[in-house]
Amino acid sequence: MSSSSVLFDAPGPKARRASLISSIVAGVLIIAGLGWIALTLAAPRESGGITLPGYFDPSRWDIFADPQVWSFIIFQGVWGTLSAALTASVLAIVLGVILSLLRSSEIAWIRIPVAIVLEFFRGMPVLLMMLFILLVFSTGSFWAVVSALTVYNGALIGEALRAGLAALPRGQREAGLSLGMRPLQSKMLVEFPQAFRQMLPIIVAQLVVLLKDTSLGYIVGYAELLRVNMNNLASFYGNRYLFSLFVVTLVLYLIMNLSLSWFARWLSRRTASRSSGKALPPDDATQAILVAQASAAAKQPPQF
Amino acid sequence: MDAVIENLPTYWRGFSMTLLLLGVSGVSALVLGTVIASMRISPVASLRGFATVYTELVRNTPLTLVLFFTAIILPYLGSRLDYSVAAMIGLSVYTSPFVAEALRSGINGVPVGQAEAARSVGLGFGQTVGLVVLPQAFRMTIPPLINVFIALTKNTSVAGGFFVFELFAAGRQLANANGDAVIAILLGVATLYLVITVPLGVIASQLERKWVVQR
Repeated sequence: MSSSSVLFDAPGPKARRASLISSIVAGVLIIAGLGWIALTLAAPRESGGITLPGYFDPSRWDIFADPQVWSFIIFQGVWGTLSAALTASVLAIVLGVILSLLRSSEIAWIRIPVAIVLEFFRGMPVLLMMLFILLVFSTGSFWAVVSALTVYNGALIGEALRAGLAALPRGQREAGLSLGMRPLQSKMLVEFPQAFRQMLPIIVAQLVVLLKDTSLGYIVGYAELLRVNMNNLASFYGNRYLFSLFVVTLVLYLIMNLSLSWFARWLSRRTASRSSGKALPPDDATQAILVAQASAAAKQPPQF
Repeated sequence: MDAVIENLPTYWRGFSMTLLLLGVSGVSALVLGTVIASMRISPVASLRGFATVYTELVRNTPLTLVLFFTAIILPYLGSRLDYSVAAMIGLSVYTSPFVAEALRSGINGVPVGQAEAARSVGLGFGQTVGLVVLPQAFRMTIPPLINVFIALTKNTSVAGGFFVFELFAAGRQLANANGDAVIAILLGVATLYLVITVPLGVIASQLERKWVVQR
């Protein structure tokens, strides 16, 4: 149901005017609310006899004129976040590929244990996994963060790839086998490339989640953007800058995440428009469900 | 194993806090998400714009930052909320855009033909929405919503890093106190999380199978 205009008759001049007026009123209310928050933050505050400057006062922001602060934020904080995210992404995709192949194996005593392990990892908080790896394997915080993110996101990517493999028309495998390929060959050369391409938007969307989750490193003591800004810089320059440092951290995180999500969305539109022309009819009902699930999942990014 | 059995009361304290966080923030995220979703499909352009920007920004903010804001920056700005209340607010705000998206994609998933058919047999707006569109949208919304709640269950663990004594915090404390039984203790915590998430996942996939509409 892409257009809601089907639900009611086309609005006449009166309804259009009403809608415009309510739009302006709501817009003014929203702007007033945001303005109130900004003014409250900007107003100087009394605290125990001393007047503190407002939160937009230059004295709370002057450290950001210093290029050294920025180089510290970029080279310690942003780099800490990105290096963990990059390492974990590469490893998670590799792990996901392996898990999806094992999970769709024809040998039951490989398939079933892998399915149980996948279920176990998917149902557990990443943070708990980080703590577990940190305490049990005493790897140091970088590898605790990276390996927990790898295992968790690898399990999710593996599940997505498996759905992609299962959603392929059965004829693909049959064609591969009838050409004399061994089952593994047919899987790697014929089915897997198709499944991977189909599922690429989901995988990239999962990498957005991974990037967001690197911030959990803050809790297990890994020096990523949040920890570098809020612990190291705030304790060096003093609590006065706590709010401004938080705003800068938030903006940097939003820039990184939004650009990756837009890339994911662009990729999913591109894949959708390419594959829409040559959709093959699925063989049976369960497969129809899988195809529907896979294509629905490809259209919206996952959330955790 | 003994360490787990000896510390069952601590586990229980953490687990009940996790359940409380899950319940309260689940319900308020549902309410907030419904409001955002209806703003997003409303005919009022400015509400639509606000809801879109809100969804996009909140969805791309890490939960750690949201909880950092409610637990550390808000008190710094002068609020006097209890840490568990602050965590509930943070979790509800963080979860609400995901709820809104699940609702919206359910409504968008009903083909236009359904509404067109209802309109062409003479049903009005209320009848079209109430009798034709929403019953179908409902089926497609419940499984994704359950998945959102599974994610919320796992996300409550982040509150443990911000002064709320829930399951993760309980596990961390017990692991520090019983250095010789870390594996057993943390596996106990994991089991309690799985007790919530696995049944929810089974229900979601079963409903999805049962309710799938062949088109």
